[in-house]
Amino acid sequence: MVDIAIVDYGMGNLRSVQQAVHKVAPDASVSVTDDSQVVGDAKRVIFPGQGAMPDCMRELDARGLRQAVLDAARNKPFLGICIGLQMLFEHSAEGNVPGLGVLPGEVVRFASELRDAQGNKLKVPHMGWNQVHHGDHVLWNGIAQDARFYFVHSYYVRPSDVSLVQATSDYPQPFVCAAARDNLFAVQFHPEKSAAAGLHLLQNFINWNPA
Amino acid sequence: MLAKRIIPCLDVTAGRVVKGVSFVKLRDAGDPVEIARRYDDQGADELTFLDITASSDDRGIIFRIIEQVASQVFIPLTVGGGVREVQDVRNLLNAGADKVSINTSAVTNPQLVADAASRYGSQCIVVAIDAKQVQPGKWEVFTHGGRKATGLDTVEWAKKMQLLGAGEILLTSMDQDGQKKGFDLALTRAVTDALEIPVIASGGVGNLQHLADGVKIGGADAVLAASIFHFGEYTVQQAKQFMAQQGIEVRL
Repeated sequence: MVDIAIVDYGMGNLRSVQQAVHKVAPDASVSVTDDSQVVGDAKRVIFPGQGAMPDCMRELDARGLRQAVLDAARNKPFLGICIGLQMLFEHSAEGNVPGLGVLPGEVVRFASELRDAQGNKLKVPHMGWNQVHHGDHVLWNGIAQDARFYFVHSYYVRPSDVSLVQATSDYPQPFVCAAARDNLFAVQFHPEKSAAAGLHLLQNFINWNPA
Repeated sequence: MLAKRIIPCLDVTAGRVVKGVSFVKLRDAGDPVEIARRYDDQGADELTFLDITASSDDRGIIFRIIEQVASQVFIPLTVGGGVREVQDVRNLLNAGADKVSINTSAVTNPQLVADAASRYGSQCIVVAIDAKQVQPGKWEVFTHGGRKATGLDTVEWAKKMQLLGAGEILLTSMDQDGQKKGFDLALTRAVTDALEIPVIASGGVGNLQHLADGVKIGGADAVLAASIFHFGEYTVQQAKQFMAQQGIEVRL
């Protein structure tokens, strides 16, 4: 039984996540795995993702990981990252596909032709370091209000229950960049690529013991 | 709001960081892992590594460097140079790169950009374009380290790369590179205005005002520089403070 399972459903590169976890928890046993048994037995689960959501959903199912992810999301410390946040919702406009439906709400695309207050064009994907306005969830402990995290995405989540929202960012309108419920916490940005603030969040996750 | 990014660029050959003038006359700048750590400490937003190794015998060196950097530095890493097939993209991502930059092969085989983007996601595919002015308001794409003309118009080429799935464009002015006279701002503006995806301005930075101009006048989403950081003229932190004083949003 490993301390931390990083769910690998074949979409891109999980090495960054693994290395960042190793940095904050050098003594923890960590497995990057596509084995549902390992995910089921792990004490904590990290659910990353990159690429397009329809591909991610398809690959998750192709490896028979859906049920293990659903179970983990309901009963142990669980951290979703990027597409791993988006997949938790009911539906995505990207490819018009259903998600896992763990959280109520949908995933939508940033509008095209966005402009900032000075009239400059805002690019999509939203790529780079943006400020995160966060609430008082324990995973934010020690992280400054409006700390910057690294984002790269074209879609964002719209929870239908506002009590799920744990952080927002602005591009240029506010959008939800962290959602949580019970044992589950998920973020749109990449903590593994967000320097000290990101490592701090991962450290908080490793230490988290939700009731 | 989203910060404009400052990206130090490390040209690597035979395991060392070097810097040339207009792609020739190389000068040693030090050990890549050490330099990467220094820039991370200074607050660099990303790092770009370009493997300029001529001989394929030495291709393994870049993987070892990236592996070492990725275990110590937790910001996005882009790696380019000699990427010819999807397997090269995969190998670099596995070594710890977050994005892979494709230059010459995008021209000789545009399908590579499409294939790599659909396999690994647009977020990790950067297309690097080396452009040279051919008449006012017109720039041609060059490949093979700037030696070979392609006949392609830079703005049209950048749009095609966006369509095929590039997540970002790294735009280098061959005319300005190594000259320390500033970016080609008209080129930068022409490309960034034509695209939805972010554009990184590159080539020609000699002082901090040049970085600020790249964003304010050129409209770049990120600015890349090498020698002003390598040889200790400025730190990344100084660059950011300077840009912040000019009203540019940066991560301090």
